[in-house]
Amino acid sequence: MNIIYKALKERILVLDGAMGTMLQAYQFSEEDFRGDRFKDFHIPLKGNNDLLSITQPHAIAEVHRKYFEAGADIVETNTFSGTTIAMADYELEDIVYDLNYASAKIAKEVAQSFTDKEPHKPRFVAGSIGPTNKTASMSPDVNDPGYRAISFDELRVAYKQQVEALIDGGVDILLVETVFDTLNAKAALFAIEEVKEERESDIPVMISGTITDASGRTLSGQTAEAFLISIQHIPLLSVGFNCALGAKQLQPHLEAIASRTQAGISAHPNAGLPNAFGEYDETPEEMAVQIKSYVDKNLVNIVGGCCGTTPAHIKAIANIVEGVTPRSVTI
Amino acid sequence: MTKEAPRYLKLSGLEPLIITPESNFINVGERTNVAGSRKFLRLVKEEKFDEALAVAREQVENGAQIIDINMDDGLIDGKEAMVRFLNLVIAEPDIARVPIMIDSSKWEIIEAGLQVVQGKCVVNSISLKEGEEEFKQQAKRIKRYGAAVIVMAFDEVGQADTYERRVEIAKRSYDILVNEVNFAPEDIIFDLNIFPVATGMDEHKLNAIDFIEGTRWVRKNLPHCSVSGGVSNVSFSFRGNNTVREAMHSVFLYHAIEAGMNMGIVNPSMLEVYDDIPKDLLEHVEDVILNRRDDATERLLDFAETVGQKAIVEKETEAWREGDIQSRITRALVKGIDKYIVEDVEQARLSVTAPIQVIEGHLMTGMNVVGDLFGSGKMFLPQVVKSARVMKKAVAYLLPYIEEEKLKNGTSGESQSAGKVLMATVKGDVHDIGKNIVSVVLACNNYEIIDLGVMVPPEKIIASALENDVDIIGLSGLITPSLDEMVYLAKELQRQDIEIPILIGGATTSKAHTAVKIDPEYKNAVVHVNDASRAVTVVGDLLQKETKTTFKSDLKEEYIRFRESFNSRQRIKEYLSIEEARANKYTINWKSEDIVKPKELGIQVLEDIDLQKLEDYIDWSPFFRSWDLYGRYPNILTDEIVGKQATELFADAQEMLQQIFKEKWLTAKAIFGLFEANTINDDDILVCSNTVENVKGEDATNCHPELVEGRVKSTDRIFRTLRQQSKKASGKPNIALADFIAPKESGLQDYIGAFCVTTGFGTAQKAAQFEEALDDYNAIMIKALADRLAEAFAEYLHKEIRTKYWGYATNEVLENEELIKEKYRGIRPAPGYPACPDHLEKETIWELLQVKERIGVTLTDSLAMWPAASVSGYYFAHPEARYFGLGKIKEDQVRDFANRKSIDYEMAEKWLSPNIAN
Repeated sequence: MNIIYKALKERILVLDGAMGTMLQAYQFSEEDFRGDRFKDFHIPLKGNNDLLSITQPHAIAEVHRKYFEAGADIVETNTFSGTTIAMADYELEDIVYDLNYASAKIAKEVAQSFTDKEPHKPRFVAGSIGPTNKTASMSPDVNDPGYRAISFDELRVAYKQQVEALIDGGVDILLVETVFDTLNAKAALFAIEEVKEERESDIPVMISGTITDASGRTLSGQTAEAFLISIQHIPLLSVGFNCALGAKQLQPHLEAIASRTQAGISAHPNAGLPNAFGEYDETPEEMAVQIKSYVDKNLVNIVGGCCGTTPAHIKAIANIVEGVTPRSVTI
Repeated sequence: MTKEAPRYLKLSGLEPLIITPESNFINVGERTNVAGSRKFLRLVKEEKFDEALAVAREQVENGAQIIDINMDDGLIDGKEAMVRFLNLVIAEPDIARVPIMIDSSKWEIIEAGLQVVQGKCVVNSISLKEGEEEFKQQAKRIKRYGAAVIVMAFDEVGQADTYERRVEIAKRSYDILVNEVNFAPEDIIFDLNIFPVATGMDEHKLNAIDFIEGTRWVRKNLPHCSVSGGVSNVSFSFRGNNTVREAMHSVFLYHAIEAGMNMGIVNPSMLEVYDDIPKDLLEHVEDVILNRRDDATERLLDFAETVGQKAIVEKETEAWREGDIQSRITRALVKGIDKYIVEDVEQARLSVTAPIQVIEGHLMTGMNVVGDLFGSGKMFLPQVVKSARVMKKAVAYLLPYIEEEKLKNGTSGESQSAGKVLMATVKGDVHDIGKNIVSVVLACNNYEIIDLGVMVPPEKIIASALENDVDIIGLSGLITPSLDEMVYLAKELQRQDIEIPILIGGATTSKAHTAVKIDPEYKNAVVHVNDASRAVTVVGDLLQKETKTTFKSDLKEEYIRFRESFNSRQRIKEYLSIEEARANKYTINWKSEDIVKPKELGIQVLEDIDLQKLEDYIDWSPFFRSWDLYGRYPNILTDEIVGKQATELFADAQEMLQQIFKEKWLTAKAIFGLFEANTINDDDILVCSNTVENVKGEDATNCHPELVEGRVKSTDRIFRTLRQQSKKASGKPNIALADFIAPKESGLQDYIGAFCVTTGFGTAQKAAQFEEALDDYNAIMIKALADRLAEAFAEYLHKEIRTKYWGYATNEVLENEELIKEKYRGIRPAPGYPACPDHLEKETIWELLQVKERIGVTLTDSLAMWPAASVSGYYFAHPEARYFGLGKIKEDQVRDFANRKSIDYEMAEKWLSPNIAN
């Protein structure tokens, strides 16, 4: 059995925090984003964070290292937008395989170095699979509700390529995250099942939806429980929520699913809700208090941070969950 | 905290649906199923997706917990319709909150549906019918898409119709799914086949009880699964007797639910409360459902005669006469009863100070009720036309009093109409049934109608519109050239800066044509209206002061959007050049034994045919369609929704038909010719007509074997056929009618026929008489019947040709039903219809047969036949001859056609325009 299942039953696992927030601190220029490989590329590339896995690999490795040092058990690859669909904005569809492969490899190397140092606490890499920038069950045109900008099959093909590259690069887990349209996620799960079958692999899968706002629903309109029902057809390591809300606002939705699944429950909320300047300003201590409430209610198995969280937040969270008996799971 | 969790069927739309042992019976909505709902089928066919969505919404509002969506119909692209409709459903949170059941017998439609729905659906259905391999493949993919599945009790041998077979197939399916595919058992739903009972056949007696006991076995022995089914089937033999049907449904469900059936398709309005079923009825129904006695069926049949509707009807017949005057007038209008209307109106007149008040008060109150009932689908078109008849009689009775009143006190005394609507069938077209129906319905709603009749030139329409200061112009047409007339009229109105909204209607018109071709030509509103009930709403919206500006601008926008999406949706079809298409023609292996020489060549005229002979050849389904009642005859007579109305209409039609026969209202005439013919130059059919008696040919029997085009004798005629040009799947030919006649090069002498039949003489006079008697109902009826008789005549004559005059099928024995389905050798395609959409060829037939001179049927400017109740066409006799649709053709063929026919390109383009690909 994969050792991650064992770890999940023994303790609450800590996921890393935001990648984007950390990368901002480097203040990379257009030239930095381009690196050598893309120095003559015909359109600007600044802002394409995933590309940094190729052009600034040390920075990416450094962020991973900081999160492991802070106490994370799992870090996510820098591949949130690593599909041909999301990369089309930069006309970089061709590098999708390289990008996922390189990102996985960087994270895996860092994880391995920590595992080697502390064999009693193995570290894992989750391949981050984002929602893309298109929705399969909503129309972008308010006047034409039946229109779709992307089809299931287009998504499935793109996701399949990403999944193959992530696995080739050595990830331990696949994490379908920030699901705002369940149909996109179903296409990703479909692709994952295909790859698993073709490679006779049993790589664990985590899925994490996003409850957009106070309506308590995903962007595509599902309640937390409907979302859970819609994605339970394949074996899951964990299901949970991330992004859009702070830890406090996320709690009722975790409660809605925790009693209804035997898989693990994950949560990686934002550092609170954005303030008037669009910044996340919940402090590590404030966030840790909220996470403590999850722990007291026996709600979670995996916990980490999303937008605005830093190694300091993760450290505070790791302290809270240290030594706590996790929610029991049947997986 | 999580022990071995219970395994429940969990589904989701935007919200969850979890089916536990404590759940009540789960009701699946079935109105969004083209196979089960004619209305929904029509809406989908006509691309009225907004209204189709309303059907879905209504079901959810009425408590459906899952909605079943089915697009399996031969005439629609099921996959596209499924995806399009689901995408729209998903965008409506009040519908999409419930889970969806994707229903199709075609795997590709199911899969396309699964790819657009985010929630956990139910697939309806899969089975072992095509073997284990396919079953496993499909189940595996369904699992991967995250859906539950309905498994039909069907295997390689057939559908399970006994207890043992149900158990056998359910068990086998379950074991494969659970053990081999790893399908979650709680996601399996069995449909164990509900079949009718009380059919009178012994083998059907156990149908209900076997289902119930099968359900019990499945729920007990196959853990976690569910059982579903379509309940209305069980009472099929009692169609028409809703009291008994409702009781049967309740009894069946009561026992099936107790046995473990936990979901199903039930029409909630067709369900009696079990406890409310009268004891005697309950006993008889339970005897049948549970097969408790040998004579259960007979006893229920006898008993059924005494219950329900019959008693109610009797009670009602004359009781309404005791109501107050308004309720009597309203009732007379709603029920279309003119028996007492004059006496009631007289009584009303005496109760008011001015006679006009009866129209504005009593009669309009009643007509408003009619309008509301019609608008909400509770009355049907033939009833409304009957209401109009009563209304007209009442008004006619009052008119002299109103005139008198006017003279007496000099006031105008005229009733204020809601608006003036001009109605016309456009130039060159003679078809007016639809136009008349819309006129009547609008008149019922207090609009003043100025009806210019048929074949109205555009100048006259415009002049009359201005002169009468009308509020709306309604244009109607049935044949394709009328579409161009409508475009022309719109251009003319625009050129003259006229701002009157236009309504477009008629069989060949469509929203697509209106939006793409007419609307851009006219700045004011153009609306396509294809049924009478919508005409009232549209006219109301166009004229309502408060709303008309927004309505018009919304409408314009809607058409612009429609146009854009239509244009962008046009799939880029690939076409062959006409030469390539000819190279891929339909090739017949020509053998002399497949060609039969007609018994007698030449032209014959049939006059004074006994119309009664045609009765058995009538295809009634289109008759009901012309009255906006949709469904197949004879099933339509017992249809749940329109059955009653269809039965009444049919009785009226039968009555008039007998009068037509007895009193010889109509005259039937026919002309046909059988000629030597061969195909030349691929697409032309050379017809040797030297047997025409008044033309002396040089060598009367020899059809010029050496002849090439350009040297055609003046007595000969050439039919110019058109060839399919769209690129076909490999192995599929590009057909032209010419392919069914032996080419000259084959060395074989072949033959062709041409004909024209009419039953239209007398129709116009009779209709005028009815109109004079203020009886639009019968005026429309006579036209609709004349049309049916003309079609029947064409069918009858074709049979006579096959078995007698040509005589290539002397042994043919077919029932009417088979005739309608055209299960015989040979075809009779008609110019203007799909195989040969070119109306110009009618001129060739007219010259060849001298139709006008000999039987008096003429052609209008647009080449419509007059009288309207006429049919003309060709006869092809080869066993491989078949009907096909030409589809779109390209400019090169149009040029080629113009050359062959020696006409201008522009003229060819004008006549073929509906078929020319952009």
